[in-house]
Formats: sequence, structure tokens, C-alpha cells
Amino acid sequence: MKIDRRCFLSLGIGGAAGLALSPIPWKLADDSAIWTQMWPWTPVPADGETTYVKSACTLCPGGCGISVRKVDNRAVKIEGMEGHPVNDGGICLLGLSGLQLLYGPTRVKTPLKRAGERGEGKWVKITWEEAISEVAKKLGDLRENGESSSVACISGTDKGSVPTLFKRFLSVYGSPNFMRMPSVLDSYELALSLSFGFAAQQGFDLEKADFILSFGSGIIEGWGSPVRMIRAKSSWRESGGKTVQVEPRLSNTAAKSDKWIPINPGTEYALALGLAGVIITKSLYRNDFVKGSTSGFDKFAGLVLSAYTPDAAEKITGIKKETIEALAVDFARAAKPVAICGRGQGRAQGSLGELMAVQALNALVGNINKEGGIFAFPNPGYMAWPDYIADDIAAEGIKKERADGAGSGNFGYAKNLTNRFAETVKSGKAAVNVLFVLESNPLYSLSDTNTVKEAFKKIPFIVSFSSFMDETAINSDLILPNHVYLERYEDVYVATGLSKPVVSLSKPVVSPQFNTKHAGDVVLLIAKEMGSPVADSFPWKSYSACLEEILGGKWDKLVREGFWTDGASSTPVFKTSSGKFEFAGGFIDLAALFAPVNAEGDPKAYPLLLIPYDSMRIASGYIGDPPFAVKTVEDTVLKGKDALVEVNPATARAGGFSEGSYAILKTPKGSAKVKVHLFDGIMPGLVAMPRGLGHTAYDNYLAGKGINVNELIGTVEDPASGLDAAWGIRANLIKA
Amino acid sequence: MSTPDDKTKGVSADTGGEDAIASFKGVDEKEQGEGPGGFVILFFIIGFVASLIIGWVVFPKLLYSQKRQPVDFNHALHVETVDNGCESCHIFREDGSYAGVPKLAQCADCHQEVQGESPEEKIFVEEYVAKEKEVPWLVYSKQPDCVFFSHSVHVKLAGMDCVTCHGPIGESTSLKPYEENRLTGYSRDIWGKSMAGIKKNSWDRMKMDDCAECHEKETGRKSSVQTDKDACFVCHK
Repeated sequence: MKIDRRCFLSLGIGGAAGLALSPIPWKLADDSAIWTQMWPWTPVPADGETTYVKSACTLCPGGCGISVRKVDNRAVKIEGMEGHPVNDGGICLLGLSGLQLLYGPTRVKTPLKRAGERGEGKWVKITWEEAISEVAKKLGDLRENGESSSVACISGTDKGSVPTLFKRFLSVYGSPNFMRMPSVLDSYELALSLSFGFAAQQGFDLEKADFILSFGSGIIEGWGSPVRMIRAKSSWRESGGKTVQVEPRLSNTAAKSDKWIPINPGTEYALALGLAGVIITKSLYRNDFVKGSTSGFDKFAGLVLSAYTPDAAEKITGIKKETIEALAVDFARAAKPVAICGRGQGRAQGSLGELMAVQALNALVGNINKEGGIFAFPNPGYMAWPDYIADDIAAEGIKKERADGAGSGNFGYAKNLTNRFAETVKSGKAAVNVLFVLESNPLYSLSDTNTVKEAFKKIPFIVSFSSFMDETAINSDLILPNHVYLERYEDVYVATGLSKPVVSLSKPVVSPQFNTKHAGDVVLLIAKEMGSPVADSFPWKSYSACLEEILGGKWDKLVREGFWTDGASSTPVFKTSSGKFEFAGGFIDLAALFAPVNAEGDPKAYPLLLIPYDSMRIASGYIGDPPFAVKTVEDTVLKGKDALVEVNPATARAGGFSEGSYAILKTPKGSAKVKVHLFDGIMPGLVAMPRGLGHTAYDNYLAGKGINVNELIGTVEDPASGLDAAWGIRANLIKA
Repeated sequence: MSTPDDKTKGVSADTGGEDAIASFKGVDEKEQGEGPGGFVILFFIIGFVASLIIGWVVFPKLLYSQKRQPVDFNHALHVETVDNGCESCHIFREDGSYAGVPKLAQCADCHQEVQGESPEEKIFVEEYVAKEKEVPWLVYSKQPDCVFFSHSVHVKLAGMDCVTCHGPIGESTSLKPYEENRLTGYSRDIWGKSMAGIKKNSWDRMKMDDCAECHEKETGRKSSVQTDKDACFVCHK
């Protein structure tokens, strides 16, 4: 007997036969099918109980109500709140992406103290007690040395209880320097205080209007409350309302309008005055309103009839006088016409003259304090704050001139001129020792980034309350991370032109994910740590107790329904000295008010004009674009990491550029490498670039993509108001 | 005509031929007497039996890991003390959705303190209730994520009994070990305890065919042209 090769063959055959009759092949085939269809490394959301939390979105000033779907303790989807007076169930792209901000990687997870050089990104974790006592000690020392007014705060908004707490803190401490980030709201508020005679926000009853003349406002691109405006746009289609868009570039809003009128950039004021001239010449204005409720009409008429005839307006604006005349007639003959301004999303202030000119159009057609017209709402009075106690140091500190110059000298009417802050600090006109940064990202969002950077270098102690590692937080000395909006209570007042005042309540949807603290609580703790007399004006145990107290009877309704609203007042109220609407707003020299705003730069060295534009897909405020939103940005705006600028084919041809070719975009403020995108919808001689790109902070989805247009654009001070009147800057495209 | 070469060849061919035959015969004889034939069959049987043993005995042990539940729960004991059967603890939420395994809060309603003498209850109270930590129960009936299954429709609308799919688990006094498929991560109860797929009770197996069989019987629908059964998207949304 001998074991040979065939025995082993036989063993193998036997083994194979046995295997076929065993479950191994069949079971493994089945299991592999399951395995490959459900890779174990693919995350599967945990199952659980579904609940909804009503809250409010604070990612932009729009103030939408949201309803957040949760599965057990995890927020899984943000939807618009049905029945909310701002958005009634609608939501925008940024609002939808909010969960990526809550759970994303850019959160600051604990208080951080700078360890290396500023901006180096080296931090040490510290406790909240250490952080608060450090700030309190610094503030205490400054106050003792009589330098209380050298403390400043830049906030995203000045509405709502948290900014009010910061402002109150500065007042009690002894500093006038509470500033909010610039926007067209500054100009509207200033114009209202001049023409209506009181501190107010402008409201627009746009849904009921039937002719909307927009001077570059991005009606469907984020102007006002974005969701409300997109819905209003749809409602005009049904109601027969007409929209006319006056803008140098074919924006989405222009494309969706009944008429697009391209205009030389920055000359909108001249068109408004030209239209007013035609309306007056043809006696198309509402005589009863103009005679009965306005003042300064003759003076205004005198100016526009002499200096802004259709021919003159044509020369300035580049719009044919026939078009101007026809537009004026259409506007004045409409039943409920409204003129609005604020370019794009209204991120830039614009000149006061431009706003007063647009407002004059509204006054001429008499649609003020009427259905389908415009309103002035007094500053929100829904909060009942107890009086604070200002000691001598505080009383003296508050009287000092603000770091941004608002409220004194030439700018007596202005409340906020944060656009001037960087320049005054950089030049040493204002000394700032401590800067608080609340819900804003000035180092990214203010124009002329380099000046802002220089100014920040002069401020020895910068405290960021940001929830995210944004540009300002990275360049601060101490980060006291705030809860994100889905983790905190906060009242949300909508100041962006609704037809009635609306306050919503932002509620904690989930418990705080990290070792963060509500900025409202932090102020209370700092005050407490500083002791009397500052602490005496902050008697509340916590921010939520404070909020409940100051909201009084509205608290329960806000908790239950999520929002509170007041009916619009329809009685005409003007609190000017004449008791009427002021065309001239107290300006003696109207020609100075309506002075042209020229773009910065030498036309010979910079033959082109750079204008920024806004997009619903790119968040350009305090919040950086979340990954979901970045994904939606078109290849013609951002390709890989390259920013594309819109250029008219004729302009491109003259410079020797073709689609996709690289160029150096140079302005008096800086230069950047960009790609050229040929676009027939932009006027020749212009270069357009979106706001919101070119972040250096945040995550890999956002950082390093495109160019921050604020780095290329400077400020142009409006001599009449101190507002930043810049609408663009001179530029040149050079072959790269 | 022949050359010496040819001769040689011829002779050698002759003798060679005989030798070859002889040697072939020799081999034949050897094999019949003491060849490896028996071994071939023996090796076949060894291979065959070994494969079967590996396939039926070793393979299941390798494929499935045995895990113990964090707390050995006594269903029978609890069913006795509640009024509403399974639904007393395995509740349907207000919106009609099924909550599945009870959450800690539900258990803690009664078990805030140790009530009996069971060591398992002591573990439960001390390790989970006191620390407010959810019990990481291992769910025998968890279906792959690609399957959409609504308890509400089956129990509330179709009036099915829990036992039909889950077996008499309410009568058990302790929890059996959870056998996790090392490849897919799902419980052995889905394929069934029997590797051969033999099914004596309706709850013995919970594969797609078992769902389809019942759907066909109960609904009468054969809307899928491909499978002649209920449509795919009824469960695979």
C-alpha cells in the first residue's frame, strides 16, 4: 500500500463535494451580499423618537422661524416654521445647512488663550473661571486708570437682548464704543432719523405693492429677509406686480425682473433724482401727500429740475432719457409703487444721498405709512430694561467721542460708523485697549482688510465670543466661545424691512455640545467678577432669567408659539421739527447731499471698475459658507480654488483674455490672481466678484477657496454722513 | 535490405514490447493486491467528512461571535407584572411609531432602587440607572438598514401578534447569547439558528423570503413582475 498523488486529489475532491453540501458557500454568498450592500463603515443614523423644536434662525439678519427635527437628542434636519410671519415654512440654503455649523469641525470647544503670536493658531485651554477673571481684571485696571472709554465692542447687530446687554455693560463701565457691523440698515436708520425725525427701522409692505423699483437690491439674492423676499417675488407674479431692476449686471434678480435697466455703477442716486425730476415736471406726484405731509419739496424740486434733467441724468447714468421718462411715468402711475435700495444683500452702507433720493421717490408717490408702501417702525420697545446706575467714571466715559466718530462732529446723526473704526484706530486717532467681538467677523467682513489687520495689531487685547474658529477669532487673544444658535435662548428682532415688527425666540434645540457659554451669561459673569458699581446694574442670576424678566408678558407667548408680532401702524407719524416728511433732511446744501461718489483709484492706472456682488449660495456675513452651500457654488464662480471674475466679452477681448484665462486683478488696495469668466450680462468696463469667498479660516471646505473681495475694496467716506459710500473700486486686469 | 540499425531497432522493439506488457501486468497485479485504491476512497471520505464537519460544525462557530447581553433580562417575570403584555414596555409612541427596546427612563420608573434579589437587577440599577447610562442592548431582530419595516402597520393595522415574528420571547426567563455575524454584523436570528435554513415556526427565520411569503399569502399581491411576489419597494424604499 502506498499513498500517492491520487490520494490527495481524491481528498480534494471529497473536500469539495463536502463543501458543496455544507452551508459555507451558500451562507457566505448571502452574507457577502448583505455586507457589500451595507458596508459596516457607512454611518447609519440611530433610530429614535422624532420630535420638533420651534426656534429662530440667526445665521443672517432675516429672522426666519425654524422647526428642527430631532431623533432622540440629535438634531437631524432644519425646516422652515409653518405659520411664521417672516418665512411661513420656507427656508434658505444657509438655514438648511445650519446643522453643519452645530456639529461641524470649526467649533471652538472650550475657552482658549493665545499661546504663540497672534494668528499663529497656538492656544492653551483655560477654564471659564480663569477666562472671566482675566477679562474682569483687565477691564478693572483700565477703569481705574480712567481709560474706560478705550474698551470697544463690535457686534453683528445692535438689536436683541444680548447686544443690548453688551451695550449696557459698556455704558455702566464707561465706554460709548458699542458698534455694529456696517450694512445698508445704517443708512436707512440715518435717513429715517433725518426725514421722519426719529430713530426707526424701515418697513416695506412689499407683498401688497404693485410696482417695485429696485436700485440694485438683490430681491431674490438675500436682500432684507431672504425667504420672505423670494416669496414676495413669487406673489407679484400672481398679483401682477411689476419689478424693475436697475443694476450694472444681470443678477438673478435682474434676470427674473420684468425689466432690467443696466446703469453706470454708483450712479443710482442720479437716476432716482432724474426720475423725481420727470415726476415733478409731469405733475405725476401725489399732490395731497406732498402738499400736506412733506416739507422741503420746493427746494428739492429746484435742485432736481435744474441739475437732474433727463438729459443730465442720461449723461451720468448711461440710461437713455426716453427710458428714464418712461420709467418715471410707469412708477408714478402705479397704484402702490415702492422704490428700494441697498445693493445686493445690502452689505454695504451706500451714501446717504442715494438713500435720500430713493426715499424722495417714495414720498413723491405718497406711499408712506400706507398699505403696499413704506413704514418707519420705532426702535423695538418689546424689552423692558430696568434703569442702570452710571457712576462718575461711567458718566464721563460715555460722553467721550466714539472711536468711529459717530454721533459727534460732522457725523452727529450717525449711530454706528464701524466702517470708520479701522481707519481711526490704525491712524492712532482713537486708542482702543480692549475689543470685544460678538457674533461678527470684522477681520474678514469689513472693507479694506489690510487696514483692519493693521488696526487690530494696535489693539492690545482682543476678546472673541465666536463659536467658530473664524478669521477674527484666530487673531484674538482670548476666545470665549458662545453657544451656537441651536444651543441657546435668544430673542431675534427682525430689522430687515418686514411690513410689521416681528420678534422670534431662538431656543436650545440640543444641549450644548461643548464647553461653551452663552455670551449673555459671560457678560453677567464679567460684571459680577468686577463687583460694584458695575455689577449693581446686572442683578440677574443668568441670561435666561434676564431674558424672561425683560420680555415680561411676551415670554410665555414666545416660548409657546416661537414668535410675537405687532400690527403695523398706519397713522402717518413724522417727528421732524416741521412734523412732516423732510425731503432735504435738514441739509442746507442739497447738492452736497446728492454729491456723486467716485470710485477710489486713478482711472489711468485702473481703467476698469471692480464691483462686488452677492449670491444666495455664498454666505458673506459672520457665518462662513457651510459645506452643503459651498457645494452649490457654480463652476463659473469658483473652480477648484480659483475665483472667477465676471467680465464682458468686449472688455476681455480688449485686454486679451478668453474664458478661463488667468489674470491678476489689481486695485489700489491689493491684487489677486483670478480667472476670467466671460459674461454678456455685465456692462463693459466692469469686473464683478462675489462676496463671501477667500476665507483663510474655517474648514477645508471653505478655507483657501477664491478671493475675499474686501481685501481689494476700500472705503469711501460719504462727507454728508460718514457712511461708507463705496460701491466698488477702480481696478485693472493684467495678464498673469 | 535491412541495415544494422534497423535490426537493432526491430529486436529492441520486440523485446521492449514484451517488457512493457509484462510490466503493465505487473502493475495491475500489484494494484489488485496491495495498490493504493483503498486509500483513494478513504481520502475521498476523509475530505468529504472533514468538509462537512468544518461546514456544519466549525464554520458556524467561526462565523458567529457569542456576545452576552449587558443585563440578563427576565421577560417572563415582567410580563406577569404588567397589564398590557408586550406593549406595556415595547410601546408605540403618540405619533404611531414604534419605540423598540425600552429606554432607560422607562425602566427607571420602577427600578430607581433595587427591588428584588436578582443579581442582574443589581447590575442594572448600579451600572445603568445610577449612572444614567442607556443599556446597550443587543437586538436579535435588527434588520439590515436597507429594509424599511413599520411595526405600526403590521401590529396595529394588520393585527399581527408579536409572537408571529419574535417567537415566545415573553416566556423566556433569561436572554440567550447574541450571536453576531462577524461579516455582516447582524444577529444569527435573521438567518435562523438552523444553518440549513430549516424552519419549523414562523419566527425561526426572518430573511427576505420569509417576509415575502407572508406578504404573498396575506395580501395576495404579486405586483413584482420579476419575482412574482409583492413589490420590492414595499420594504426596500
